[in-house]
Amino acid sequence: MAEEHAAEHDGHVPSRKPYFMVWAALMIFTGLTVWVAGLNLGPFNDVAALIIAFTKATLVVLIFMHVAHSSRLTKLTVVSGLVWLLIMISLTLGDYVTRGWLDTFAANR
Amino acid sequence: MHSSGHVALQHHFDDLDTQREASTFGMWVFLCTEILFFGGLFLLYVIYRQRFHGVFVQASRHLDVKWGGINTAVLICSSLTMALSIWAAQINRRKLVVVFLLVTMAFGATFLGIKAIEYGDKFHHHLVPGANFHYACPPGEECHPEQAQIFFSLYFCLTGLHAMHMVVGLGILSCLLLPAWRGRYNAEWHNPLECSGLYWHFVDIVWIFLFPLLYLIGRHVA
Amino acid sequence: MDTNSAAALDRPSYLTDGYGWKSWLLTRDHKRIAILYLVSITFFFALGGIFAMLIRLELLTPEGDLVQASTYNKLFTMHGVIMVFLFLIPSIPATLGNFFVPLMIGAKDLAFPRINLLSWYIYILGGAFTLWALIHGGVDTGWTFYTPFSTTYSNTYVVSTALGVFILGFSSILTGLNFIVTIHRMRAPGMTWFRLPLFIWAHYATSLIMVLGTPVIAVTLLMVAVERVLHLGLFDPKLGGDPILFQHLFWFYSHPAVYIMVLPGMGVISELIAAFARKRIYGYRFVAFSSMAIAVLGFLVWGHHLFLTGQSVYAATIFSVISMLVAVPSAIKVFNWTATLYEGSISFQTPMLYALGFIGLFTIGGLTGVMLATLGLDLHVHDTYFIIAHFHYVMVGGTIMAYLGGLHYWWPKMTGKLYAGFASKLSALLVFVGFNLTFFPQFILGYLGMPRRYWTYAPEFQVWNVLSTAGASILGVGYLLPLCYLTWSLFKGKQADANPWGAKGLEWQTTSPPPTYNFDEPVVVTEPPYSYVAEQHVVGQQEVESA
Repeated sequence: MAEEHAAEHDGHVPSRKPYFMVWAALMIFTGLTVWVAGLNLGPFNDVAALIIAFTKATLVVLIFMHVAHSSRLTKLTVVSGLVWLLIMISLTLGDYVTRGWLDTFAANR
Repeated sequence: MHSSGHVALQHHFDDLDTQREASTFGMWVFLCTEILFFGGLFLLYVIYRQRFHGVFVQASRHLDVKWGGINTAVLICSSLTMALSIWAAQINRRKLVVVFLLVTMAFGATFLGIKAIEYGDKFHHHLVPGANFHYACPPGEECHPEQAQIFFSLYFCLTGLHAMHMVVGLGILSCLLLPAWRGRYNAEWHNPLECSGLYWHFVDIVWIFLFPLLYLIGRHVA
Repeated sequence: MDTNSAAALDRPSYLTDGYGWKSWLLTRDHKRIAILYLVSITFFFALGGIFAMLIRLELLTPEGDLVQASTYNKLFTMHGVIMVFLFLIPSIPATLGNFFVPLMIGAKDLAFPRINLLSWYIYILGGAFTLWALIHGGVDTGWTFYTPFSTTYSNTYVVSTALGVFILGFSSILTGLNFIVTIHRMRAPGMTWFRLPLFIWAHYATSLIMVLGTPVIAVTLLMVAVERVLHLGLFDPKLGGDPILFQHLFWFYSHPAVYIMVLPGMGVISELIAAFARKRIYGYRFVAFSSMAIAVLGFLVWGHHLFLTGQSVYAATIFSVISMLVAVPSAIKVFNWTATLYEGSISFQTPMLYALGFIGLFTIGGLTGVMLATLGLDLHVHDTYFIIAHFHYVMVGGTIMAYLGGLHYWWPKMTGKLYAGFASKLSALLVFVGFNLTFFPQFILGYLGMPRRYWTYAPEFQVWNVLSTAGASILGVGYLLPLCYLTWSLFKGKQADANPWGAKGLEWQTTSPPPTYNFDEPVVVTEPPYSYVAEQHVVGQQEVESA
């Protein structure tokens, strides 16, 4: 934040262009995700949907929420929240997905 | 850049810079809590989707992609106008700040209106979980109504929680209108706009994930 | 030196800066908010203690003769809910943390004073919901709210209690948020990260857990309430739901929650050991980083509460290994405290008695925790009194002793008064003896197979239960005494100097009690923390305790 203000007070008027460009990109990606969802890609439907959603979210975070010009602490905070969510989902999912494995090993002996 | 003695400076901060950094950081920490708050519901979604994959795909087709898509576009536009209201403050255009805030709020209200239409539609089709839930099985397909109820429970919990956050967001923005009109937000100080914007963009991001996960998972099935 | 109480109140401080209800209930001063919390949590501690007393009275005899079985279920549930959510979670952070975080870093207040006050009001609201449920008949699900009993089958006030805990969660989140921002952004000039007292490091780590973990239990209990009202089926097997999923969500917070409860206590112990051994904490950086390691690792172990639920054996193994790893940073701290004591100039004042008690009792509790991390052993002692003894050793033998130690250490600073030395040392002794007599027999009971949450038990367990109840009576007296002599000190106690213990730390550089804005002059820090010099006669150390 402080760096961004310093740049502005050098006499430059802050630009609107990044916001409009991100807006356009978000609209395009929305259309893209609707179109891709209509194709039958099997398990990759989920992968594609998540990749597009993460890309959209990243654009919002970096440009609309100014994180691209924010301090390291802000960036670390954003990443930490996401990492913690991933910890919760992955370890829980890990339980459910691996539950049958022991039976499979035992059956295959 | 020091502004001690500025009207917005609170007594326990040494200067406006510290106050700005503290409140922006505080909002980000709060947004982390929101990530985990919604995250609990997303975990429920992930586990049940993995378990009842077929039913989730089938039930998702009861959601109207048209309304969901329009709502996604509406929120994206609202994020644009929110960012532009901050830009307007940075160039000291007080009235433009108010205009952009009002447009953002209009987009938010539109989103909620569309959600009301969708919820009403679900109610008519007996897809609201509870005593009146009745899932009409598509002909020729496997049918598990109680698993479909779980999908709709998650739909209403996720979008309902999201809608509540939208309402709070509208409340926050409405509190900014009067100070904005009075010219309180300018190049030197517009931190309340910035923090409110962070909240608003976060709510937009939640929807960016909800839309494909709830509305689009059944689209590839004919 | 020894001024009487009346004259002491004339000295300007945060206590004299405004009188009357409004000046307290609408305050933005972190010190006054700390006192508001102190009074509130003491009330809930007493309430939780009454439930404990009723439980121990019932368990004097093998038959269920004091209360009915359904009532007994409510007793242990209310004891757990109140002690965990209304006492232990807020205890040290909301009282000692609120009071001393700004002081120790040289700030005038926390980053968000009004949010601080809001967090207290939210705490009171959450407490009110819980009391409402209690008055109307209580809850019987256990503090863990396991589904589908809580969502479908229980006939008690689950929704209001769950909502009460949901509300309390936000109080915790706001406190943690405030601490994180304050510690990052409001340190005085010269107060670098590695000059911070370890109390601050501990509260920083605690705040990270509060912020990242609490929202999950909030949304989970909200879902329990919604499911109970609307019959959604998310956790009901008959409707396709999964009760174990509830347990994953519940324990994702509730395990890190125990570190919310113990980390601040460890922070207090670091301060007490340094002050009463007159020595800098050995391995300062190791202790600081251990707090952070406990916070992070603590989020990766929750599955050890699900060992007997049918959880995948692969997941269980990972959780078991990491549960053993999380003991390592705690052990590092114990070794460092012990090393600090070595060749220190030790004085056995009351706070030190509590600190030494903590080190011993927390070690026992922690070691039994490593035992429980072992899959094979947990299979046998899960849901027995072994578990109960384990967590009471760390929470009561650990956290509550640290809380009492901190309260006694900083009481002169907070109130400007000195308390009676003999009474305080006697209480510490009673607490230590009473605690061990109460809970060590429970390790034996658990090992022998007595289940927890049961209203009756096999007759061969009686002798250990009687010992435990006897110990609880002694423990109760030990807790009541401070209530008496600390209150007495407010009216009749001798006036305290700025630094009665001769301790290092910014909080001792200002008056007792401090002025509203903490420091009369701006603070600049040049010394490392705990910069005690060996063999130096300390000027200005007051005779705090007469015995």
